[in-house]
Amino acid sequence: MSVKEHNGDYFIPEPSPWPIIGMLSLLLTLFGGALAMNGVSIGGFLVIAGLILFFYLLYSWFRDVVMENLSGKYSRQVDTSFRMGMFWFIASEVFFFISFFGALFYIRNIALPWLGGEGYLGMTNEILYSGFENVWPSHGPGEMGGDFTPMGAWGIPAINTLILLTSGATITWAHWGLKIDNQKQLVNGLIATIALGVFFVILQGYEYGHAYHELNLTLETGAYGSTFYMLTGFHGFHVTMGAVMLMAILGRSLKSHFSSHNHFAFEAVAWYWHFVDVVWLGLFVFVYWL
Amino acid sequence: MTTTTLNHDEAHHHDNPTGWRRWLFSTNHKDIGTLYLLFALTMLFLGGASAMLIRLELFQPGIQLLDPDLYNNLVTNHALIMIFGAVMPAAAGLANWMIPMMVGAPDMALPRMNNLSFWILPAAATMLILSFVVPFFPGGGTQINTGWTLYPPLSVQVGMSMDFLIFAIHLLGISSVLASINIIVTLLNMRAPGMTLMKMPMFCWTWLVTAFLLILVVPVLAGGVTMLLFDRHFGTSFFDAAGGGDPVLFQHLFWFFGHPEVYILLLPSIGVLSHVIPAFSRKPLFGYKSMVGAMLTVATVGMVVWAHHQYTIGMSLGAVTYFMIGTILISIPVGLMIFNFIATMWRGAMTFETPMLFAVAIVLMFTFGGLSGVMLAVVPADMQYHDSMFVVAHFHYVLMPGAVFGLFAGIFYWLPKWTGHMYDEKLGKIFFWTNVIGFNITFFPQHFLGLAGMPRRIVDYNIMFTEFNVVSSIGAMIFGLSHLLLLYIVIKTIRGGKKAESRAWEGAEGLEWELDSPPAFHTWTVAPQIK
Amino acid sequence: MKFNKNHTRHGSAPVSALQNKNKAVLHNMKLPLLAGLSIALLTLSNVSKAEYGLNFPEPAANVAQDIYNIHMLTMQITTVLLLIVFGFVFYSLYYHRKSRGYPADQNFHNSWFGNWSWVIVPVLVLGVDLTIAGKADVVLKKVWDVPKDENILDVKVTGHQWWWEFDYLDHNIKVESRYVPQEKSGDLYLREVDNRLVLPTGQKIRFLHTSADVLHAFWVPELAVKKDAIPGYVTETWAELNREGVFRGQCAELCGTWHSRMPIVVESVSPQQFAAWVDDQNAIKIAAAAEASADKTWSLDELLTKGKALYETKCAACHQVTGMGLPPAFPALKGSALATGPIADHLQIVIKGKEGTAMQPWGSLNDLEIAAIVTYERNAWDNNTGDVVQPADVKQAR
Ligand code: HEA
Ligand code: HEA
Ligand code: CUA
Ligand SMILES: [Cu+2]
Repeated sequence: MSVKEHNGDYFIPEPSPWPIIGMLSLLLTLFGGALAMNGVSIGGFLVIAGLILFFYLLYSWFRDVVMENLSGKYSRQVDTSFRMGMFWFIASEVFFFISFFGALFYIRNIALPWLGGEGYLGMTNEILYSGFENVWPSHGPGEMGGDFTPMGAWGIPAINTLILLTSGATITWAHWGLKIDNQKQLVNGLIATIALGVFFVILQGYEYGHAYHELNLTLETGAYGSTFYMLTGFHGFHVTMGAVMLMAILGRSLKSHFSSHNHFAFEAVAWYWHFVDVVWLGLFVFVYWL
Repeated sequence: MTTTTLNHDEAHHHDNPTGWRRWLFSTNHKDIGTLYLLFALTMLFLGGASAMLIRLELFQPGIQLLDPDLYNNLVTNHALIMIFGAVMPAAAGLANWMIPMMVGAPDMALPRMNNLSFWILPAAATMLILSFVVPFFPGGGTQINTGWTLYPPLSVQVGMSMDFLIFAIHLLGISSVLASINIIVTLLNMRAPGMTLMKMPMFCWTWLVTAFLLILVVPVLAGGVTMLLFDRHFGTSFFDAAGGGDPVLFQHLFWFFGHPEVYILLLPSIGVLSHVIPAFSRKPLFGYKSMVGAMLTVATVGMVVWAHHQYTIGMSLGAVTYFMIGTILISIPVGLMIFNFIATMWRGAMTFETPMLFAVAIVLMFTFGGLSGVMLAVVPADMQYHDSMFVVAHFHYVLMPGAVFGLFAGIFYWLPKWTGHMYDEKLGKIFFWTNVIGFNITFFPQHFLGLAGMPRRIVDYNIMFTEFNVVSSIGAMIFGLSHLLLLYIVIKTIRGGKKAESRAWEGAEGLEWELDSPPAFHTWTVAPQIK
Repeated sequence: MKFNKNHTRHGSAPVSALQNKNKAVLHNMKLPLLAGLSIALLTLSNVSKAEYGLNFPEPAANVAQDIYNIHMLTMQITTVLLLIVFGFVFYSLYYHRKSRGYPADQNFHNSWFGNWSWVIVPVLVLGVDLTIAGKADVVLKKVWDVPKDENILDVKVTGHQWWWEFDYLDHNIKVESRYVPQEKSGDLYLREVDNRLVLPTGQKIRFLHTSADVLHAFWVPELAVKKDAIPGYVTETWAELNREGVFRGQCAELCGTWHSRMPIVVESVSPQQFAAWVDDQNAIKIAAAAEASADKTWSLDELLTKGKALYETKCAACHQVTGMGLPPAFPALKGSALATGPIADHLQIVIKGKEGTAMQPWGSLNDLEIAAIVTYERNAWDNNTGDVVQPADVKQAR
């Protein structure tokens, strides 16, 4: 658009329908969700409709961005804006996870000791739960969800840790390939990363099945079950998202959209992937191991 | 340089979008800013209308027009609509309008996302309003009678409307995080050549800090309500002692967001004052550096004092002592801000147009509210104040002057720039006086109610509390109606009025005043050089 | 920023046109604000008694007195600070005005003061802050120092939606305390209860707060203790009453529909009176138990009279005296399927409560009481099923 010549070539996009469609898809999804959770049957359909609209939106929005990028509308400065944007987005994600880690920390180090009779509100135990003692993993004095076996750290979780760490390496390898315009290395690196990501998700799914059926470890399993599923679940969700993004990037790499000097999209996804990686390490240590 | 910009902007008016697409699909920071402001104004009236109902119910002892659940449903909605619907969007509106013009940028850094972060708000408002009305439909479950703090287990008892509210909060969260990202990127990446951070207009600084705060705390609230959602529907026990959880955990998550949030509401207004006061004192802002420092201190200290809202939940002596001292210390940076404002007025050549009147009122009344905050911070005394009307008085004294009046000041200050017309100064002054007097009549007596032992969030009270409630309610009506005048003034100014010159105020400084009023659709398409 | 020197600072028409108005503006500007302030001073400072309900009521416990004092101290400090701020602002408003031809001092912010105020001001403020914090800390320690020794009186305070339960752990006495409807309480409406919390003076009392459902908060201003009642946890406070009297407070944490109807009335009596009170309570308890267990069959009328009284204290808060309830939260009993259907189900709900609703289990009542209530519900408000439920039936149903 004509401003382009004048504004120190900072690109201002044309009016775009995508934002408002994005709003509609979110509204549809959440409205449906609220209904569905309360057993209103149409809710489910609304959610599905909303999600379909949402993915259509993501596709079209990013297609526009890609087009603009390829037609060379983006200056260095625009590129910087995108990078900063992605950085702060990930920052907000970090704090989202911090809220769940915080909950885990609070429950383990403050709430449960009180219930168990130590610490400032130790009276609680004497008055309400004499006999209950605080050992982690715990499902509380109410023994919510019945007897259960905690999830060990050295089985699947350890393997998953290896998988993610390797995937971190493969994507870096792909990045190196990109830096030297080595198309083949880029593609292979991405394929490897995606494969590992998918494998991780599958294992995680298997682990859940195992937990539900053999260990009787469910969402209802008191504080332990709650924190376990909330943290791993949210992480799993992020891995899935990341994998999807990687696929998109793979697609674009095959169309050789990227070059050693223009590949913000790739790096954004790479950052995201590393972020998911790091979160997992936190999970492995605090949820599975300690 | 100014002239050059104008010329070629004239040249491009033809390709400016028009009609409904202009607003729905906008990628223009000025249009989106306008949308934000209009949305905020509507919400102010919605939240205000609920406040009026609250005051009408409290006008006399006994239960006259609202049943208890409806009353607290209104209280909840009043708070959420005012904070998330009126104040934050209004501040974001000012940011959208002014930041690019102030830093000499052609637009916000990510224009499309900018539009998204606005349009999520109406969706959120829809969910919020649904959460209010759903219970009135068959099978809609009970009303949200928890107050805006949504403490479990009460919020777990509530019917399906709570789920609408939780999702509304998610949407509001997404919106403000996206907006914050956009603002940060604009400020860090789009400043005109030569404008170093320490030359950046103070309003931009306040928003930079606000945006950081938002990005850090809003996700935590989102996490908190998500856990609430799971406790409600998926049998988790984050907030249930039987499963090893703790209802108080939610309070910690909420206030870890909640306290920084109050500074999120405050800072943009502080930013506005940092422009209004110098402009009408005709001398530069006193202590630019210390202002920036104070702001950063408020933000950092503000992040770690949240539990002063929870003194009564049974915290160890060590914990309460820490939170008490931390909270009291916040008076240092805030005090420095207030001092800087006074020192800016000091030895100035002041005139008192409406923005300045509001500014002065803020310096006085916000200080008052802040000081009552320091009283609340004193733990043993808060054993009495907590959850009484004294707290309600405190936070309206900080919220109205500290946030809302600041936005009013900003609107009057920049209205000529936006519309190209001077607002009617006479009406402006009338609005100021009715508004400020009404405000004090409404909230000053509530201090006494609190001290005398009237809890907050009660629909019905003993006759011993009658007198002050009557006064407060009458004040609220005056106060409320005065806002209709605001509406009138704004509309009148948009539709016409004395032509405003590019530098609408004699003492006004800054890039935005280099552009003509109203500014062209695209401004600073050639970045200005800052010497 | 040094940008745009080219613009002069001299008055442009629109602004100067306003000047002459400003004097007027300023004068009436002072009035309301100063007025407000002086009210603040008159009322807030040193109104030691609560004549007009302007300040805390007169403390009835030592700690309460300390809290009262720290409150007055901070209030006076802050009032002074407020006066200082107002003073400077109004001085400046009056003298540093363009209309008085005052020339703006463009270098004020570069003076030595301008360069060092960022140190001076914080240091001064810090001084005041530390004074406040220091004084507060002393009181804080006292308040938090809950006595643990032997000769204290332990009272377990349990919040319920929407009534208070007081267990005197050392005397195993349970007091159920509910608000009294306006017809009966008159001017004390929302400040009066059926059974008061009777406490002795001169003895350290430890309150153990907990809740049966949602958050509540125990608050009696004269005792100056406010503590949240958290379901599943126990929080502690303490008080030592230093004068006799009747002290009234309210639940201070939003707990749902009838949050406004959870008054707390403390009756502070001499140790002797307290001892006497304890004895009566035990006597009454024994009598009631005897009556209930005596396997006599009761006539419909006897049960109805007992039932009505019990219903109106225990059930009416939600289901209303009229039996109409407050749908959807509180279903009507008048003509309801439950109250006119099978007796067994009716008993179950009353004894066990209903999951996920506000209906709590009433199993703590004795057989006779439940029998009476159920009988009443099945016959009142022309439900007249004619059913008579005997204590024996209840015993089985348990
Ligand atoms: C814009 C919003 C805003 C702002 C800026 C503030 C500012 C402050 N607030 Fe307030 N507050 C709220 C909004 C705000 N608050 C809300 C909404 C609630 C209720 C939430 C709810 O429960 O629903 C609340 C509740 C609240 C509580 C909990 C009360 C309770 O529930 O028991 C406390 C307790 O410490 C508190 C303290 C403070 C303090 C110390 C400040 C400080 O930042 C004030 C600093 C300013 C000054 C001190 C004045 C200027 C300084 C000087 C003149 C220098 C000299 C001063 C000294 C030496 C003291 N606030
Ligand atoms: C920025 C935030 C904000 C703002 C601006 C306001 C503005 C007002 N608030 Fe409120 N308020 C809160 C934030 C805010 N409040 C919060 C956080 C709570 C705590 C909630 C909780 O406890 O959970 C609260 C709670 C609260 C209570 C306590 C309820 C209780 O605890 O029982 C009361 C009672 O007086 C009250 C009153 C008012 C009034 C009269 C206004 C007035 O300023 C409103 C004035 C504006 C208008 C009136 C709108 C414009 C005019 C019209 C709509 C035209 C129609 C007017 C008439 C018919 C007269 N508010
Ligand atoms: Cu119990 Cu409020
Ligand atoms: Cu706070």
